[in-house]
Amino acid sequence: MLHGLGFYFDKRLVLAFLLSISLSAWSLEAQPMAEDPLVEARLLVIAQELRCLVCQNESLAASRAELAEDLKREVRILIKKGNTDQEIKDFLVSRYGDFVLYRPQVKPLTWGLWFGPALALLCGLWFLMGHLKQRLKNAPASKHLSREEQERLNKILKD
Amino acid sequence: MGRKKFLIPLVLFLGLVVFLAMGLRKDPREIPSPLVNKAAPAFELPTLKGPEHFSPKDYAGKVWMFNVWATWCVSCRDEHPILVAFAQRTGVPIVGLSYKEIQPQDEEKGSMTLQEKLSLARKRSDVWLRRHGDPYQLTVFDLDGRVGIDYGVYGVPETYVIDGQGIIRYKHVGAMTAELLANQVLPLIQSLTPSS
Repeated sequence: MLHGLGFYFDKRLVLAFLLSISLSAWSLEAQPMAEDPLVEARLLVIAQELRCLVCQNESLAASRAELAEDLKREVRILIKKGNTDQEIKDFLVSRYGDFVLYRPQVKPLTWGLWFGPALALLCGLWFLMGHLKQRLKNAPASKHLSREEQERLNKILKD
Repeated sequence: MGRKKFLIPLVLFLGLVVFLAMGLRKDPREIPSPLVNKAAPAFELPTLKGPEHFSPKDYAGKVWMFNVWATWCVSCRDEHPILVAFAQRTGVPIVGLSYKEIQPQDEEKGSMTLQEKLSLARKRSDVWLRRHGDPYQLTVFDLDGRVGIDYGVYGVPETYVIDGQGIIRYKHVGAMTAELLANQVLPLIQSLTPSS
């Protein structure tokens, strides 16, 4: 009987207890998400492209810094107002500069950043081609030895 | 020329080293603000002494400094005596922006009303300014950090110089130093102030 009661306690109460804990934890964690899943989904996409200014190697989406939370709040409001992604990014760039964008805009100042690597690669290829051509030109025209060379070789081998 | 060709990679490499060394000497936290030479964002915030509000347009025609601070901000304590001395010596008007004085850990989430937050922020700031000296002509409270966002604040303290037309002319992130004030800020303010 006692054992039975104990079992009863275990199963029902513990389960209810665990459920209440996990539910309350879930409600705490997921509250902002529950607001509007569409808004949160867009926020996540936008925030992944934005840099957190406090912890500079983290995206706004990943950061738990207070400023990041505040900025996410502002972005959420802008999304609900119906602003486009570009307008939201412009909102932040006008305040914090290009630095907030993980993907810098293409403009004269950032040309070096965007096209520099490709340019360096092309330069490298150009040098390599020149170098290889030069080597080809300097290399002996035929694989066979000329008559003089053959005579010298024979002489060396004889010695 | 031919013999010297082997030097080309060395020269290129040294160029790269110089370029990277220059990059290393820069402070990654100093982000050029897009707000310099733009109009100072408008706001209307409650002041320390109350009950009236302050708005940047109230200072139209003046060259003034706008200093973002908070009592919880450690570097603000370092720069504070420098600002106090500067204000006393030069008489340049400084407006303090108390940035998010009430931090999330100060309250159980959502337990304080805005009015309660404001009165606690006023009380704390008043005590702090009495203890450390008050360089500000007035202090305004940005409790939710929205004005901070409009000004691109990402690290307290920050300091701005705003000219008579309401244009931001200078921004510094981090603690102000006496050298910066003497070598950059004061000459700038003097050049912006119409000589009478």
